[in-house]
Amino acid sequence: MQRLAGAVIMRPLSRQWRMQRKWTDNRDMNEVTAEFIKPNDRLTSFERIEIYNRQYWFRLIDSFYDDFPGLRAMLGRLKFNRLAREYLSAHPSTSFTLRNLGRYLAEFIDKHPKLVAPRFSLAQDMVRFEWAQVEAFDGPALPPVTVDDLLGKNPAKLRLSLQPYIRVLKLRYPLDQYIIRLKKNGLRGEASNAVEEGSPDKPVRKRQAPIPRAKETFVVVHRLDNSLYYKRIDSREYRLLTSLDAGETLGNALQSVFSDKPDADLIRDWFKTWTEFGWFRKPN
Amino acid sequence: MPANRFNGFTDLGIGIGLRIPHYAHILTKKPTVDWFEIISENYMCDAGRPLEVLDEILEQYQVIQHGVALYFGSTDKMDREQLKRLKTLVKRTKTPFLSDHLCWGSVDGTYTHDLLPMPYTFAAAKNTAQRVREVSDFLEIPIIVENVSSYAEFHVSEMNEWQFLTEVVERADCGILLDVNNIYVSSKNHSFNPYDYINDIPHHRVGQMHIAGHSKYEKYILDTHDHPVLDPVWKLYAHAIQRCGPTSTLLEWDAHIPSFQEVHREALKAKKFIDAFKTPKAGAAALATA
Repeated sequence: MQRLAGAVIMRPLSRQWRMQRKWTDNRDMNEVTAEFIKPNDRLTSFERIEIYNRQYWFRLIDSFYDDFPGLRAMLGRLKFNRLAREYLSAHPSTSFTLRNLGRYLAEFIDKHPKLVAPRFSLAQDMVRFEWAQVEAFDGPALPPVTVDDLLGKNPAKLRLSLQPYIRVLKLRYPLDQYIIRLKKNGLRGEASNAVEEGSPDKPVRKRQAPIPRAKETFVVVHRLDNSLYYKRIDSREYRLLTSLDAGETLGNALQSVFSDKPDADLIRDWFKTWTEFGWFRKPN
Repeated sequence: MPANRFNGFTDLGIGIGLRIPHYAHILTKKPTVDWFEIISENYMCDAGRPLEVLDEILEQYQVIQHGVALYFGSTDKMDREQLKRLKTLVKRTKTPFLSDHLCWGSVDGTYTHDLLPMPYTFAAAKNTAQRVREVSDFLEIPIIVENVSSYAEFHVSEMNEWQFLTEVVERADCGILLDVNNIYVSSKNHSFNPYDYINDIPHHRVGQMHIAGHSKYEKYILDTHDHPVLDPVWKLYAHAIQRCGPTSTLLEWDAHIPSFQEVHREALKAKKFIDAFKTPKAGAAALATA
């Protein structure tokens, strides 16, 4: 019973955001729903279960929009809704929390570039950037390393790892600036199972930021005092941080960044900032 | 009922849901509120802002956990990771009891994130009660289950909703979170008398009540939690208090959320009906103004 009801409720809606008229075996949905749902004096079986079918999709797409507002702004409402429907049909929620809804979106877009055409590379970057924010918002934190922890350590042996919530990204577009223009606040939406009427096709009246032009950009998505931030870094910082996080010793990581003599003052400034931000976890 | 074994022998008073738009007001103004209800799933994360806010709230207020994803009525195996995270949160909040819904919402590991109505069968009641016991045993705190609002009914049902609720709570030996607005919404959608519902449930098991606003459409009513409580719900609530005794009550307001003061003021209207239990004259006056 629950399997059948679940299949009906989670089945994609029609283009008009209504329940589909035919079942998977081509039977009339009135007939299918009448088999397990009672009608009443005002609503048919079809109409009663359709309330749940529509709310399922409205809720999920709403949550998807909460997590990927930049993607929606970039793709436009109609294309975003189509992507959401296709993605959520392929990857329905398998978690007790809606927080994890978008975790397969980057892979999905790689496999279905037409859904985001002609902005494939921009969409790829945007999904990575926005998913990094979801992870950085409430991901686990470990005790951070302090400057004292590093004093006297041998760089040839010292290994430093980033906090689990930190994401170091190399983007093809300056999406940090784009998102800052779009977002009004950094808090995620409240979970509630109360019903909200209206389809995701409602236009959102917002002045959109111009689509950014390609420009290689390095960004760390992190949090400070539990607020979400994006910090621009340069390509050398990116290489150093990703090498360290991949398990290289500090000595080897520095060598991979500075072929000649390392700039000691610059490196000291970097580590001062990074340790102040608590980006490294305390070594074991 | 007031303090009883189903709500950890607490008599909390009038609470409201902790919602993001009110964080700043609560943390800076520290208003007097009997207790806050949190949606457990919003705080079952590893770290970050949600837990920081929660810890600050916990320094000042009693917090009660209310969940939306245990799906006692589902037939899937319970998610151990979910239960572990929930237990971690229970230890953090020290909630004396925990509530979730009498519904199902997941099937074969896929989650609808909705509170779906149960088929009211004896087999479903047995399965649901077993899952309530399993969760309560794991969390080591009492559980109270909340009746949901619904828009559909199954042909296979063998009893009505309140008989099913009674069957589940008796089998699980757990409490009831009586959502008066949900009873009203379902009574209109399924054409039953909401007073029969309230009269026939085991009153001694009611550990908490919920009230909320709803929206009327041409052919049905939706549980939208985006309005003040409507008059027929207040009247039903007054009746529920008369039958169950002065019970800890929470106002739910989840969409188009107004100021903290407005939400709190609406919630405090419930006090009139609780006072009415003690003085019948005040009760008549409260009903007249409802």
